[in-house]
Amino acid sequence: MAEPVKSFSHRLQAALLDALLAAYVAFALFCLTLGFKTVDSVGGLTLRSRPVLLAAMVGAVFVGRLLLNWFVWQTDRPLTEPFAKLFTREPLARRDVFVLGAVALLSMLAAAVPSPAARLIAGGMLAFLTVGAVRRAILHFFPNLPYARIFTIAGIAFAVLFPITAYLLDKAFHLRLPLRYLLDLSIVVLTYAMLGSGLNIVVGLAGLLDLGYVAFYAVGAYSFAILAMDFGWSFWMCLPLAGVLAALWGCTVGLPVLRLRGDYLAIVTLAFAEIVRIVLLNWTNVTNGPNGISGITRPTFFGLPFGASGETFSTFFGLRYDPLHAIIFLYYVIFLLVIVTNVITLRLRRLPIGRAWEAMREDEIACRSLGINTTVTKLTAFATGAMFGGFAGAFFATRQGFISPESFTFIESATILAIVVLGGLGSQLGVVLAAIVMIGGFEALRHTQGLKAIFGPDFDPALYRMLLFGIAMVAIMVWRPRGIISSRTPSIMLGRGAPATLAKERRT
Amino acid sequence: MRRWQSDPVLKAEHLTMRFGGLTAVDDVSFQAGRGDITALIGPNGAGKTTVFNCITGFYKPTEGMLILTHPDGSSFPLERLDDHDINSQARVARTFQNIRLFKGMTVLENLMVAQHRMLNRASGFTIGALFGIGGYRAAEKEALDLAREWLHRVGLIPRANTVAGELPYGDQRRLEIARAMCTRPFLLCLDEPAAGLNARETDGLNELLYSIRAEKDIALLLIEHHMSVVMRISDHVIVLDYGKTIADGTPEEVRNDPRVIAAYLGVPDEEVRAVEREVGL
Repeated sequence: MAEPVKSFSHRLQAALLDALLAAYVAFALFCLTLGFKTVDSVGGLTLRSRPVLLAAMVGAVFVGRLLLNWFVWQTDRPLTEPFAKLFTREPLARRDVFVLGAVALLSMLAAAVPSPAARLIAGGMLAFLTVGAVRRAILHFFPNLPYARIFTIAGIAFAVLFPITAYLLDKAFHLRLPLRYLLDLSIVVLTYAMLGSGLNIVVGLAGLLDLGYVAFYAVGAYSFAILAMDFGWSFWMCLPLAGVLAALWGCTVGLPVLRLRGDYLAIVTLAFAEIVRIVLLNWTNVTNGPNGISGITRPTFFGLPFGASGETFSTFFGLRYDPLHAIIFLYYVIFLLVIVTNVITLRLRRLPIGRAWEAMREDEIACRSLGINTTVTKLTAFATGAMFGGFAGAFFATRQGFISPESFTFIESATILAIVVLGGLGSQLGVVLAAIVMIGGFEALRHTQGLKAIFGPDFDPALYRMLLFGIAMVAIMVWRPRGIISSRTPSIMLGRGAPATLAKERRT
Repeated sequence: MRRWQSDPVLKAEHLTMRFGGLTAVDDVSFQAGRGDITALIGPNGAGKTTVFNCITGFYKPTEGMLILTHPDGSSFPLERLDDHDINSQARVARTFQNIRLFKGMTVLENLMVAQHRMLNRASGFTIGALFGIGGYRAAEKEALDLAREWLHRVGLIPRANTVAGELPYGDQRRLEIARAMCTRPFLLCLDEPAAGLNARETDGLNELLYSIRAEKDIALLLIEHHMSVVMRISDHVIVLDYGKTIADGTPEEVRNDPRVIAAYLGVPDEEVRAVEREVGL
C-alpha cells in the first residue's frame, strides 16, 4: 500500500488517523440504517434508537481498520503475505512457514472449543490452508501439466456422469438424495452457462457491450412457444427455428444500432430489449399479454413423450414411471446445447471470422484499414450471439412449460452480463465457471445454515443472500479484476508444441 | 515528362478538405509513381495526415478526385469507396502515426487478421469451414506462409507467438508495416514510420522500405518528419504548407527550393531583420 512509515509514532499516528476516518465513514453510513429501527406499534410506526449496536459496529470498523493498518498496510512485511505466497509458486521463507503453522495450530485449538461459531471459522481457515498446501504440492511435483485442459475434461466428465450415477445410486441404495432439486438447479445453471456463452461472443469476443441480451432469449422462447402451440410442431423442429428467428431479430436490431459504439450501443440495446418486453406484454392476441403462454409442448425422446400414461418413454423401455426421467432428459438436452455452443465458438475463434471479432474488439479503425467490413462483422457477432440466446430461450420455454414477459426483464440481461464479466471477457471456461458460481453459489447461500452459528439462531441466510452475494462479487472483482480466467489462448500458433503460456494476457 | 507522371499509381486532382470553416487541404494535386517512394512532407499542421486520411478513406474529401490505377490498367475512384473497400478492392494499405496494432493478440494473429478477406472467402464465409467443406485448410496454409515470410523479413519469427502489445516500440512499428503488406497492396501509405526510432532502427527501416520498393508493382507513400530519412530514401518529394503544395520534385530540387526552406526554417535572417526594422524593434 502506502510508503511504509519508519518511526513508531509516525506509524501510530497514520494508522489512528486512517482508522478514525474509516470509523467516521462507517458512522455516516450506519447512523440511519443501523442506528434506528422502525417498530410497528399501536400508534403506527415509531422509531427506536439502537445506540449500542451502532457504537459496536463503528467500534468494530475502527479496531479492524487499525489492525489492518498496523499489521498489513503500513508495514514492510504484511501479515497477509504468507497466505498470498501460499497460493503462488514462490518459495516460502522461514517466517511464512512460521506464521502459517501458527495459524493452523490456533485453528486446530479453536476447533476443539465447543462453540459452533469457533468451529466454523476454524474449519474455514483449515480448509483454506489445506487447499493452498495441496495446490502448492501439486504445482511443485507436476509443474507443467495442462491444468486448464484437465480441469475442463474432468468437469465435462462429471457433468455427463452425475445425473445417471446419482440416480442409479439413489435407486439402488435408497439414499433419498434431493435429486429433483439438484437436477433442477443444474438445469438452471446450465441455462445460464448457455446464455453466458452466447453473450460472450458479442461482449467478450467482438467487444460490443450489449445490455439487452434478454431480448433474444425472449424472442427464442416466444417463437418456440407460438410455433409449438399454434402449429403443433415438435421440440426438435422448433428449436432450430427459434434460433434462426432470434438471429433474424439480432440482424434487424443490429443493422441500425451497430453504427454506435460503447456506451451508446449499450443504451440502445437496452432500449430494444425493453421494446421487445413491452410488445410481448401488449400484443395480446399473439402473446397472450401478461398472462403468458402455458402448457407449452415438452420435448420428446425420439418421439416418445415422458408421461404417466400411453406409449411413453418408461413403457417403451419397460421401466417404472418416474417423473425424474423427464428431468434427467432435460438436463442432458441443455448440457448438449452448452457443449454444442462452446464447440462452435471454439471453432469460430480459429476461423477468420472469430479472429476478425477479436481484432475488432482491439481496434476497429485498424480493422477497417485492413479491408474488414466492420458492419458485417459486427452483425455476424450479434446474430451468432442472438442465435444461441434463442436456443436457450426455446429450452427455457419447453422446460418451464409456461412463459410470460415477467421472465425477460432487465435483471436477466444484467445477470448474464455479470456472468460474462465475472468469468473473464472472452474466456469460455471462465463463463461456465462464473455461471456455476453466480447461480449455484447464489442458491447455495440459501442453505448456509452454518452462518447461523455466527449470527445467531434468528439469522435467515435466504434473507441476506443478496447482500452476501454482492460482497462476494466485489471481492472477486477486487482480487481478479479481469475475471476468473484472464488468460487468452491464441487462435493460431507458429511452430507446433510452443508453450501456450507464451501468450499470457497483458496486464493493465 | 517526369517519371511519376508517366505511370502514376495514385493521381490526386484538386483535392480539397474542409472542416467547417477550416480548409485543411486546399486544391492539392500530385501524382505518385509506381515503384517510387514518394514522400509527403511539410511543417506541423500542413495537412499531410488529412491527405492520407482522404486517400485511405477515413475522410471523404470535400472536393477533388483520387484515382488509383492498378498495373492491369483498372482504376478506382478512392473518394467514392468505403474505407474497407479501399483496402480490399483498390489495394491501398496504411500504417498509423500512433501505432494501431491488435495489442491483445499475438504477432502472428495480427498478420492473419490482415489476410481476413482472402481467408474469409476461402472459408466459404465461415459456413463451409465450420462444417469442414471447401479449401480453407489450403488457404490457411498459404496465409501462414505469407505471414511467415513477412515475419522473417521484419525479423520477428522468434516472437511470432508473443502478444503484440508486449513488443518493443521499434518491433511494433515494423510489425505494423508487415501487417499492412500482408494485405498485398499496390500502394503502401506510411504515416511517420520513423517516429520514435533510434538511428540504428531507422537504418533498418530504410532497408525494409527499399526491399519493399524493389518488389514488383508496389509504390510507397510516406509522411515523414526525419529529413535524413526523406532525403536519403525518397525518389519524389511533395511539400505541403498550410494545405497547399509548395514544391513537388526530386529530393535535390526540393532541398534547394527557397519556398521550402522558408516554410521549414522560417524566412532568412536578413528578411526578419528587415521586417523588424520596419516595425521599429
